[in-house]
Amino acid sequence: MEIANAFALLTNFVIIPSITYGAQLSLSALGVTIVFGILRFANFSHGELMSFGAMVTILITSLFQTKGINIFPIPTALLALPIGIIATIAIALLADQLIFRFYRKNRSKPIIFTMASLGLMFFMAGLIRIIIGPNEYSFADGARFLISFRDFKAITGWDQGIAIKQTQLITLVVTLIVVINLLWFIYKTRWGKAMRAYSDNEDLALLSGINPERVVLLAWIIAGALACVAGTLYSLDKIYKPFIFTQITLPVFAATIIGGIGQPIGAVLGGFVVAFSEVAVTYSFKKFLTYLAPTNWEPQGLVQLISTDYKYAVSYIILIVVLLLRPTGIIPGKTT
Amino acid sequence: MATGMTCGYGGTYIVNDCALWVNKGEIAVIVGPNGAGKSTAMKAVFGMLNLCSGSVVFNGDDITHLAPQERVRIGMGFVPQNRNVFVSLSVEENLEMGAFISDSNVSTLKEQVFELFPILAEKRNQLAGNLSGGQRQQVAVARALMTQPRLLMLDEPTAGVSPIVMDELFDRIVEIALTGVAVIMVEQNARQALEIADQGFVLVQGSNRFIDSGKLLLANEEVRRSFLGG
Ligand SMILES: Nc1ncnc2c1ncn2[C@@H]1O[C@H](COP(=O)(O)OP(=O)(O)OP(=O)(O)O)[C@@H](O)[C@H]1O
Ligand SMILES: [Mg+2]
Repeated sequence: MEIANAFALLTNFVIIPSITYGAQLSLSALGVTIVFGILRFANFSHGELMSFGAMVTILITSLFQTKGINIFPIPTALLALPIGIIATIAIALLADQLIFRFYRKNRSKPIIFTMASLGLMFFMAGLIRIIIGPNEYSFADGARFLISFRDFKAITGWDQGIAIKQTQLITLVVTLIVVINLLWFIYKTRWGKAMRAYSDNEDLALLSGINPERVVLLAWIIAGALACVAGTLYSLDKIYKPFIFTQITLPVFAATIIGGIGQPIGAVLGGFVVAFSEVAVTYSFKKFLTYLAPTNWEPQGLVQLISTDYKYAVSYIILIVVLLLRPTGIIPGKTT
Repeated sequence: MATGMTCGYGGTYIVNDCALWVNKGEIAVIVGPNGAGKSTAMKAVFGMLNLCSGSVVFNGDDITHLAPQERVRIGMGFVPQNRNVFVSLSVEENLEMGAFISDSNVSTLKEQVFELFPILAEKRNQLAGNLSGGQRQQVAVARALMTQPRLLMLDEPTAGVSPIVMDELFDRIVEIALTGVAVIMVEQNARQALEIADQGFVLVQGSNRFIDSGKLLLANEEVRRSFLGG
């Protein structure tokens, strides 16, 4: 009984949230890693690209809601998502044409691309605040829980329950579909292989007749779509707040680097590593241990490694540890 | 055919008024000391460097201002000296990338190339980066062949290859030329290479020092003394 309660507690507060958050990070890190693999720079504007995608999806969702269009019990946001994706791809391609293409022509160094992407990040953050404002939006309609806390307790008779939100399941299902399709594209199709070839050896790709501008176009389309899906899932599951996307850039980059930069499968793994660490380190294990410990041995403190206020520090710490122990990441990535 | 090529990297000229040519079905070999500008001349012919002066003519057309990827489409294939395979792709994927622009049946092309290099058929699912030096060079040549070139340019295809594999590679290259492909190659193993060459070029400091048929260069006392080690 005690063990069951401890298990339920852990599942509810650590495992399920980590998996959900991990999936969202994975999708984001995939976008960063693909842009890095093809364009060879760390794209700091990816967080704002996510924010932009989520914003468009929110605006379209509220439009649908006022018109009474819905797909209950599934959130209306999923119906609006394709439009958000198209808008995000459009702005990514526009930014590439207006900004990054110029530096490509000049064969600029990666650091110059990165600085340009920082500028783009600030620009987009401003644009987003002009359009939607600085406030938070909660836009998850539809059924809220698949299994609620109370139902679970009623069925099992345990003291602790496991609740599964619909948005958590949606996150998982969508991530699974997106990742499987993306990996299939990259590893099995002609253009996917061309992207890997270009990422591996740009000159030789040229000598094989692969058009570099086409490869870059594909990279932005994929990155834009991934950013929109990740941003929407994250805000749907938690809440949409523009400034969160500036902060989330850190764990996303941590996930990318941990996975081995430029490595799609690594980015997915990295996302889950960061999410699990962040959630586990900031969770208070007091109640959990109380269930397991013998009577009178209950822990006194919160048994929380660090306060949730410091959760972003976790990404830093993992990042440093990985860079010290295995600088190339889980799957050896690119260094330049 | 290229004439009067002058080019270099940022200001300094590496190649000076250099000429190279080869006919259909023939093999031209470029030899010369390290740093002579052999690789630079090859890159210039392929349009990977801009020429300061001179021109490149292919099949009667002036292609001096054509981009490298366009030259692939008109039938020029190039195996660079360094980084000449996709290390993170499998052998088979390397070949597929070679055939990227090809409209014809990729799998028949692949089978033809596998016939030429049977070892690659065995290793088709291995990453090219995990192959031995000799096998890698075979992948590099095979990748270029998949573009179905009419002119094949090889920059030191036998670098880091054992003598047996080198002989084999030369045999393959002769076979390729016999199918009507023009071959230009840079070689360190000058003696063996000149033996199979129809045309030989000795490049020193970016300029043509000797131009003659392979046999005559081999017989030339001065060439032997200075460039073939006696
Ligand atoms: N990318 C580059 N930038 C600047 N200088 C270069 C570059 N590549 C080669 N060089 C210089 O050009 C000169 C000729 O080099 P090149 O590679 O053409 O010689 P090579 O004849 O092919 O020599 P090797 O037999 O060693 O391959 C060398 O002095 C080299 O330092
Ligand atoms: Mg060379």
